[in-house]
Amino acid sequence: MSFEPKIVAFLCNWCAYAGADMAGTSRLKYPGNMVAIKVMCSGRVDPEFILEAFEKGADGVFIGGCHPGDCHYVNGNYRTRRRVEMMKKLLEQMGINPRRLRLEWVSATEGQKFARVVNEFVEEIRRLGPSPIKKEEAI
Amino acid sequence: MAKRIGIFVCHCGVNIAGVVDVERVAKEMASYPGVAFSTTYQYMCSEPGQNLIRQKIEEENLDAVVVAACSPSMHEETFRNVCKDYFNPHRCEMANIREQCSWVHDAEEATEKAIKVLKATVEKLRGNEDLEPIFVPVEKRCLVIGGGIAGIQASLDIADAGYEVVLVEKEPSIGGRMAQLSETFPTLDCSQCILTPKMVSVARHPNIKLMAYSEVIDISGYVGNFNVKILKKPRYIDEDKCTVCGDCEDVCPAIVPNEFDMERKARKAIYIPFPQAVPSTYTIDREACLGLAPLACAQCKEACEADAIDYDMQPEIVEEKVGAIVVATGYDLYPKENLTEYGYGEDYDIITSLEFERMLSASGPTGGKIIKPSTGKEPKKVVFVQCAGSRDKNHMPYCSSICCMYTAKHALLYKHAVHDGEAYIFYIDIRATGKGYEEFIARVMEEERINYIRGKVAKIYREGDKIKVWGIDTLTGKKVEIDADLVVLAMAVVGKEETRDIAKLLKVAVGEGNFLKEAHPKLKPVESLSRGIYFAGCAQSPKDIPATVAQASATASKVLAMFSRDKLEKDPMVAVVDEEHCSGCGICISVCPYGAMQRQPSGKAKCIEALCEGCGTCAAACPSNNIEMKNSSDEQIKKMVEVVI
Repeated sequence: MSFEPKIVAFLCNWCAYAGADMAGTSRLKYPGNMVAIKVMCSGRVDPEFILEAFEKGADGVFIGGCHPGDCHYVNGNYRTRRRVEMMKKLLEQMGINPRRLRLEWVSATEGQKFARVVNEFVEEIRRLGPSPIKKEEAI
Repeated sequence: MAKRIGIFVCHCGVNIAGVVDVERVAKEMASYPGVAFSTTYQYMCSEPGQNLIRQKIEEENLDAVVVAACSPSMHEETFRNVCKDYFNPHRCEMANIREQCSWVHDAEEATEKAIKVLKATVEKLRGNEDLEPIFVPVEKRCLVIGGGIAGIQASLDIADAGYEVVLVEKEPSIGGRMAQLSETFPTLDCSQCILTPKMVSVARHPNIKLMAYSEVIDISGYVGNFNVKILKKPRYIDEDKCTVCGDCEDVCPAIVPNEFDMERKARKAIYIPFPQAVPSTYTIDREACLGLAPLACAQCKEACEADAIDYDMQPEIVEEKVGAIVVATGYDLYPKENLTEYGYGEDYDIITSLEFERMLSASGPTGGKIIKPSTGKEPKKVVFVQCAGSRDKNHMPYCSSICCMYTAKHALLYKHAVHDGEAYIFYIDIRATGKGYEEFIARVMEEERINYIRGKVAKIYREGDKIKVWGIDTLTGKKVEIDADLVVLAMAVVGKEETRDIAKLLKVAVGEGNFLKEAHPKLKPVESLSRGIYFAGCAQSPKDIPATVAQASATASKVLAMFSRDKLEKDPMVAVVDEEHCSGCGICISVCPYGAMQRQPSGKAKCIEALCEGCGTCAAACPSNNIEMKNSSDEQIKKMVEVVI
């Protein structure tokens, strides 16, 4: 059986989640590997959630927020940007390819961008194969 | 915590059920922990659908409900209202299996995903607390940004209802684009004649505080309680003393192009943009004036008998507290330099529609006379090019909506002025959907004998004293070449560049063409995604005057509905600090964008609920995990992560 990546997405309520809705309204197809969890702001994404997702067997974690300067909550996305950079370093040290964590800015009008980045991310995770954490579990 | 959850899976006709196997979803969820009942129905949002939920809550003794249907932005409120009669509305959650599932995936994966989404929603629901809304007071004053016809109409409607309005306009006068127009389609009544009485009403209205020549520079706060900082630019003229006699203008030696006339006419450094300007007063253009440098000129000051001129006037920052904000910042034309194939920027005789509009205006640069700008003579052959920059994937992909109509008007007014002139209109399609519009187009085509050519213009360039227009007539398939005296480009309508800055201050979304993004394209056309912020006019999308006025009144009615209440409900999903375990490090205080996290005398942090907007940045930042977001706790999110994998 071919490898089907499991991806958790944290989408902010105001931009990325609305952008994902927009992709739906525009009937743009993308793979169903990613399931979204709505958070009020991308700044709500505690680094712990990312670790939790990988620990539970996610092959990739996606975070969607408002474009820099457009955060509904003034500057939550700037915090996210810094946290994601930090988490990428941490993941690398843990032996998880940092490319498995992706942060994207998607506005409420960018349905097309949302579909495109999900397609790209699923493709990338497919190339990277199952998460190393999952493999150890299997052994 | 919910123990008997009911699952209601919506077919949404074929929108969901045509892709997702709804019966399988309902069946699988029936055995999920905590679920007491599970069913499907064709349209859950319909009256029978809502009644089904009511009936099952009673029959099955349910204590919580998950509706799997469209995006919560569509119907969360609907279903929470249904549940409100039986239990706390936070015991109702929606699972989005349409926008982010059935509409974007194929059948098998959509069904699998729908089950995951439902499980995650059930997990979230089980962690929800019963929350009561927080009430906040409403400041019953409204800020209107932009004094065009949209802003004017919204201001008048709100002020007439008895509430105060602060109307901020960047330019020295209100009136906006409509003040620049000559005559309006399809009735051909004079634009200024119907607009100026409204402008005067604004100036005289006791409930309107008009702040022209001012800009909004900062906005903070939230619905019902916005704090606005407005920069009042110095006019260097005392508005109350100025009698608009014009003596100052006569003596002023500095001459610059007048923006109001699309820079086709000169004005002085001390000027009034047009005679009917409101407020009716002169303004000194600081950039152009020679006299602001100490004693360099000062001729106007000497000429002014009313002693209204004050070179020492300083910019002033005014603070206003308002409960609602209307954004009506209007439009610009697509930058002409971008249309290189139409030779703009290089040739006097290729002009934009607004420049032609000024030319047609009796108060315009030519006094209403149509001329070929390079020679000043009457043009005998005029080519009008529609969709210049619109419906063009190299420029703006959308239809600018008003160009078909005003181009027909332009051609008609040209024919009325130049009886032996020839007018050609290049068009892709004619879109005349308003009341009386189609009849107007028919009249122009038949009675005025305007040559409509279906096709795009490929190139426009000068040859001698003529402007060559190359195009193709797609109905005959023949090449068309016209030696024109004057070419008028119906440029694409784009939102003002400044709209982006305002939108940034307000945290509202802006889409393609700088147009503001409404909360719902059909059902919430004047609301933004942020509560208390509304739109009107061309700042939201290109539209004609009747649509703008209708939208402005719609916006006013939304504002008035809000002002009819003394208190507003605020989302209770706020942050809570576990004070017992808080170490008082203060990180949450430093990250909170609203100042809602405050240090108590004990050194520990506390969340002020009225200020908290519920973003959760503090909860993610707290190093000891002592901040929880109500109904979006770490535990709930981790549970959701677990079930979606």
